[in-house]
Amino acid sequence: MHIVVLTKPVPDPAAAAERLGPDLRLDRAASPAVVNGNDEYALEAALKLVEAHGGEVTLLTMAPPSGADTMRKALAMGATRGVLVTDPALAGSCVRSTDEVLAAALRELTFDLVFSGFDTSDGNAGVVGAAIAARLGLPYLSNAAKIEPDPAAGRVRVRRITPAGHDLLEAPMPALVVCTQVLGEPRYPSLKGIMSARSKEIASRSLADLGLDGATVGGAAATTEVLDSRRPPARGATTVVRGSAAEGAAAIVALLTTRRLI
Amino acid sequence: MARFWVVGEPNADGSISKLSTEVATLARSLADAAGGDAVGIVVGTDPGRAAAELAAFLPRVIAVADPGLAGHAWSVPAAERVAGVLGADPDAGGFVMLGAGPDGRDLAGTLAALTGRGVLANATAVRWDGRLVVEMGAFGGKLVTSSGFTTPGGMVTIRPNMVTAEPLPTPGVVEAQAPAGSAALPRVAIVEQVEEAGAVAPIEEARIIVSGGRGVGGPEGFQLVGELAAELGGAVGATRAAVDSGWVPYSQQIGQTGKIVKPQLYLALGISGAIQHKVGMQTAETIVAVNRDPDAPIAEFADLLVVGDLFEVGRALLVALRERSG
Ligand SMILES: Cc1cc2nc3c(=O)[nH]c(=O)nc-3n(C[C@H](O)[C@H](O)[C@H](O)COP(=O)(O)OP(=O)(O)OC[C@H]3O[C@@H](n4cnc5c(N)ncnc54)[C@H](O)[C@@H]3O)c2cc1C
Ligand SMILES: Nc1ncnc2c1ncn2[C@@H]1O[C@H](COP(=O)(O)O)[C@@H](O)[C@H]1O
Repeated sequence: MHIVVLTKPVPDPAAAAERLGPDLRLDRAASPAVVNGNDEYALEAALKLVEAHGGEVTLLTMAPPSGADTMRKALAMGATRGVLVTDPALAGSCVRSTDEVLAAALRELTFDLVFSGFDTSDGNAGVVGAAIAARLGLPYLSNAAKIEPDPAAGRVRVRRITPAGHDLLEAPMPALVVCTQVLGEPRYPSLKGIMSARSKEIASRSLADLGLDGATVGGAAATTEVLDSRRPPARGATTVVRGSAAEGAAAIVALLTTRRLI
Repeated sequence: MARFWVVGEPNADGSISKLSTEVATLARSLADAAGGDAVGIVVGTDPGRAAAELAAFLPRVIAVADPGLAGHAWSVPAAERVAGVLGADPDAGGFVMLGAGPDGRDLAGTLAALTGRGVLANATAVRWDGRLVVEMGAFGGKLVTSSGFTTPGGMVTIRPNMVTAEPLPTPGVVEAQAPAGSAALPRVAIVEQVEEAGAVAPIEEARIIVSGGRGVGGPEGFQLVGELAAELGGAVGATRAAVDSGWVPYSQQIGQTGKIVKPQLYLALGISGAIQHKVGMQTAETIVAVNRDPDAPIAEFADLLVVGDLFEVGRALLVALRERSG
């Protein structure tokens, strides 16, 4: 089994230091980067499958050169190697460029499955996986709560979460699967994993390496632009009630009554 | 002329999703402001009912019946059929609007690749200002950004509950169109459809949500949460901590990777208010929190914080509510 996991470095939400630069693009220097939380679930699912079936996990990232540092953390979890697509022309890329570039990078790799995360905490679109699958003509299986490949038959089954329960989907491999947290909590890197990650291969690819042109993808070809940003209107002040449980309950009932909620 | 396409999402029973009627209402008001028009597209094995229901909100709805969709995951072949309708449109520009739910975002991703349109996702508001201006929350709601397209057309996915759906005084027309365009992408077979017990009414539609976190401590604790929800006529929500512990199904999770809700009342019991949870509930009209830690982050965005034990306060609240209702 060879699985490619799409992992994006994002500003660490826990540091709460995210901001936009004067060009209204994400100021990546302002905040420490981590692997996008939802991509860690995808990676965990890939590592478990490879443990069960044998094989390798390749990480694929499109990011500035510093993306290699973030990738080391994911390599420490157990991935085999990484591919980092990085090019100055990619700064300010929109969704369309991201999926075009990642699709081009995937064309150079061999795999049975591609995993993407549910969404990114800085982009939040949750559309990149579907767009890549369409560009590559891969079967697209989303919202996965369970992934069961059958390497001998060359097929994969996915339990897709639906509003009423779930659908059991089946497709031939190679296929692209969007992972959810229901697949299970990501592991912490072991000390051994951290040590061995230092010497794992990270291959770097530029736009030219992928046969793409900085005039038609990347910042220069962005289909969307940020016009301005502002702080959301502050909520009203918080009323704090301390005292007995009955007093607390009375305060809640009073508020719900004045606001006509009960 | 600006055209606003609304891609309708049918529910499993063939009705139109509530979110699609909200998107349709928004598209209509944008069309008015821009001097353009709003047209719906519904693709399905048997799209008649959903198309008719969507036409209560739009002057014109195109229904594409494709029997080949039967037994297959919907979004990819439906996106190809939508692309077929768009491709036949002489005005190649135009904005495509969808719901930011699981089906909508799946379809948006495929359609983006098929048509090369840009995508602005998870819009909280959209207005016409000589161009389309799309508001979105960034960084867990720390910022609100306004964005636009640099190209003549684009795609926007809209969060649930951002607009109130309003039907037209007289319903629009439904126009059947034959499936057109390429159908080259692989279709994924649905081997089995399973309804799970406990899959309750969609939490996004609840007027009142009583939500529990790690502080609730276990499934027994969630009984109290459930009783309070029942007494208030609301639904039960949860944090990821409670869902990961197996106390509540994932369908009830609120937050970045769960549902985005906007109820009139959000009652949070034993919830710290982490940024990934906050992003799913911060636009609730009234937020009440019960937490024994006065410094929990939720103290910064609740209207009322009761500092205390959630079981004691919760039970007292149940008693007070029952007394009130006699
Ligand atoms: C990629 C990613 C996505 C995520 N998506 C989501 C998401 O969609 N939704 C989500 O909710 N989280 C999400 N999280 C997790 C989030 O970061 C928090 O870990 C989670 O919201 C915490 O849940 P909690 O408030 O229940 O638990 P805690 O943070 O542990 O808070 C428990 C609170 O209960 C209080 N408490 C305990 N006992 C009592 C008592 N007896 N009476 C009163 N108060 C009590 C404590 O003071 C504390 O404030 C995500 C995280 C990541 C990394
Ligand atoms: N720059 C990127 N590099 C690698 N993977 C990405 C990148 N952007 C998005 N992805 C993948 O696509 C998923 C959805 O991203 P998004 O559509 O941006 O929310 C993420 O969870 C990742 O798995």
